[in-house]
Amino acid sequence: MSTLEIKNLHASVETPEGTKQILKGVDLTINSGETHAIMGPNGSGKSTLAYSIAGHPKYQITEGEVLLDGENVLEMSVDERAKAGLFLAMQYPVEVPGVSVSNFLRTAKTALDGEAPKLRTWVKDVKVSMENLRMDPSFAERNVNEGFSGGEKKRHEILQMELLQPKIAILDETDSGLDVDALRIVSEGVNRVAENTGLGVMLITHYTRILNYIKPDYVHVFVNGRVAEQGGPELAERLEAEGYDRFLVDA
Amino acid sequence: MTTTDHSQATADAAHSHGVVIPEGSRGERFTSFDVDAFEMPGPRDEEYRFSALRDLAPVLDQAEAPADGASVDVTAPEGVTVGSLAIGEGPRGTVLVPEDRIAAIASAGSVDALHVKVPANTQVAEPIRIAVTGHATSRSHIVLEAGQFAEATVILEHRGTGAHAGNVEVVTADGAQLKVVSIQQWDDDAVHAGTHHARVGRDATYKHVAVSLGGKAVRLAVTAEYEGTGGSAELLGLYYSDSGQHLEHRTFIDHNAPKCHSNVAYKGALAGKTARSVWIGDVLIRAEAEGTDTYELNRNLVLTDGARADSVPNLEIETGEIEGAGHASATGRFDDEQMFYLRSRGIPEDKARKLVVRGFFADLIHQIGVPEVEEGLMREIDLELEHFEDELVEDEA
Repeated sequence: MSTLEIKNLHASVETPEGTKQILKGVDLTINSGETHAIMGPNGSGKSTLAYSIAGHPKYQITEGEVLLDGENVLEMSVDERAKAGLFLAMQYPVEVPGVSVSNFLRTAKTALDGEAPKLRTWVKDVKVSMENLRMDPSFAERNVNEGFSGGEKKRHEILQMELLQPKIAILDETDSGLDVDALRIVSEGVNRVAENTGLGVMLITHYTRILNYIKPDYVHVFVNGRVAEQGGPELAERLEAEGYDRFLVDA
Repeated sequence: MTTTDHSQATADAAHSHGVVIPEGSRGERFTSFDVDAFEMPGPRDEEYRFSALRDLAPVLDQAEAPADGASVDVTAPEGVTVGSLAIGEGPRGTVLVPEDRIAAIASAGSVDALHVKVPANTQVAEPIRIAVTGHATSRSHIVLEAGQFAEATVILEHRGTGAHAGNVEVVTADGAQLKVVSIQQWDDDAVHAGTHHARVGRDATYKHVAVSLGGKAVRLAVTAEYEGTGGSAELLGLYYSDSGQHLEHRTFIDHNAPKCHSNVAYKGALAGKTARSVWIGDVLIRAEAEGTDTYELNRNLVLTDGARADSVPNLEIETGEIEGAGHASATGRFDDEQMFYLRSRGIPEDKARKLVVRGFFADLIHQIGVPEVEEGLMREIDLELEHFEDELVEDEA
């Protein structure tokens, strides 16, 4: 059982026009086995929340704290956060030329576990996970994200999540740019990992479409750098019907 | 189809491009065996304005070098003949006629040139090894000859210290397949300059690989021309410049015959405040070279602040009847987003950097096609990176 606690989190970013405050006091707690949907309009700071938790150097944390099982995440380096059990599935995964998917996965697994995975079980795990995500075996020999289609990039993110077995995963607009078939495959992957490992999920999305496939336990409406309203799945249905206008007026 | 690919070049602000005013066609350059026919170059000369001129002084000085300035050892498999050629004794001097003072000094200063010949129709599986070990100031001239349909690989290794002016003259007959790998793994204080020039026979395949890792200043002109149609020249290069190193490669493909192919690909990494690299890539497609297919590429990965990479591709086209001609050049900083991505998967910073740099060089290394060189290079790059990590720790301390 793990808990990610975000308390009064403030973050800013340097822009040519000066320092811009983006997160303005985020409070959120995610436990193992829970799926929290973070929904909000463009520019509300959803991605900043994801990257701030993962430790992207672009964002300065100016106030607040992030705790994973009581440990201060903000004092950890980016790779230490991953070792502590955090995972960020990125909206725009980065190309790494010359590094094959299989080399990347094995290097990451070795770094996380502190020892190389047992070859036989590892090869089998990779194979099964790739099959589940309908990924061709040749995929393992391609360079990380290089020439991947949008759907392939997202499946590759979920493949990593399944193999690296984090405690808490943040999925940043994993549904963006996916057609219905790819969305279904990716969602099945998330549900399978959640069921098998008791993963806690922070599902960041602009649209309600993915919530037809991944059922959230909680829905948080994110507006202007903080959580404006929270509720159960019914809140998502209301957003589907009404949009974000109501919150934007308030903001 | 004619393509000139500027997409990479314009995509990157760090790229230095387009400030060169050509002083005439690359093909009309003055040549001579007479050292005095070449003036002592100055920092404003187009040919030397990117060079470490001060460091090159001993290879520009025509004073006689000591006889034991460098040792040259050859290990040749059976079937290969090893001998020497005096000045004026062919094929020496028939392909490489010096285009600059350093090449003229290397030529004039080598009374006996090493001559390694692979006879016609001879396939040599094991590489021919030539080890140049510098002790003081030295000159050398090496003639590599591949007879008709001969197939061979030559690994030329430069180590040691001193200042070395070294020419390599390559003659490939019709249908020959020759690979020449020149490894510059000098001591930190060594200086090395020279010209590696090849004439590629009809339907012959020539591959030259320059690997420059060690030495204070290295300046290699790697050039090729053709003897007939159907020739293929591939010039590959890999360099890793640390603080205090100046690694310069000047490539030139002279498409002087129809239906020939060339590919130039040089990649370098720079780490350290005073690390420098220079790549000048000239390609000339003469009026008679119809059906030419050529591409040249240079990529630089700058790992730290202060390092400087100059990259200048020059393409001269005198006929429109060609298959393709393109160039790409890009100099990029180490990508923070790649590092963040890898580290967010738990990979520590030093390992992530190693992955990215190995990945940067991987496709080039796989093109070399000499397994022992490929494997050795990956190890050398890892060593360079470990050295780099040590420097980072010292900087922070």
